[in-house]
Amino acid sequence: MKAAVIVFPGSNCDRDCKTAIERSTGAHVDMVWHGESALPDRLDLVVLPGGFAYGDYLRCGAMASLSPVMAEVRAAADRGVAVAGICNGFQVLCEARMLPGALLRNAGLKYVCEPVDLEVVNGQTRFTAGYQGRREVRMTVGHGEGNFFADEPTLERLEGEGQVVFRYRRNPNGSARDIAGIVNDRGNVIGLMPHPDRAFEPELGSADGAAFFQSVLASA
Amino acid sequence: MFLKPGVLDVQGKAVEAALHGLGWGGASNVRIGRVIEFDVAGEDAAVAEAEVKAMCDKLLANTVIESYRAEVA
Repeated sequence: MKAAVIVFPGSNCDRDCKTAIERSTGAHVDMVWHGESALPDRLDLVVLPGGFAYGDYLRCGAMASLSPVMAEVRAAADRGVAVAGICNGFQVLCEARMLPGALLRNAGLKYVCEPVDLEVVNGQTRFTAGYQGRREVRMTVGHGEGNFFADEPTLERLEGEGQVVFRYRRNPNGSARDIAGIVNDRGNVIGLMPHPDRAFEPELGSADGAAFFQSVLASA
Repeated sequence: MFLKPGVLDVQGKAVEAALHGLGWGGASNVRIGRVIEFDVAGEDAAVAEAEVKAMCDKLLANTVIESYRAEVA
């Protein structure tokens, strides 16, 4: 099992992700600088971590979506490699149009940083199979722009196709239909605002994030 | 560029409330947008305008949530 974490200038959860993946799965994790034009061979998972890539210039994730490495991330996704965008990584995937919709400023205008209870809406994905039917998990959020927006037809399609993966039990940011995480139509690219990388062992308040990484690497 | 109608502009709402608080109760529909100004090489305004629109679609605006107006002066 092999994973890569992309490091953008301004990423700040890159090492958390590496540690979380290593401790929960034992997988080898490479850190890949955003300026690289190649990814390591035979990857099972690429993670776009949380943070403030490029200082959120222009829009969150906008500049990062054009980083040289993103062409490789897109190519890997097209080959079926699992790609997970967490928090700022979710924003990058939306800006890269690898996921539908966009993340707006939180409806309450405040940065939110707190544990959140999530409904596992689709437990059959490559990222959630490890929850083995559990419907409720706990992670934490920390973001100012996590208010998921998509037009109504897109939301209907996401709901109808089982692409809504996580939903907030109590919506912290005003996101449409309480959406916390979605997958692409092929099921191999996920974006979520909550951090599994900040909830992978009980000492962190929740170990529920571990099964997220275990799911995807077990399915590889 | 502005958030499209129908996309909640929370900053606009907060500023509107602040204007009301200062006594300007008549202020409504406050929208906060952004202006990006730059030089484009070339002589032909129509060509430049097409180019600027492409830039907006590709990077400067996120057309999922924003609408824009491009002007070449």
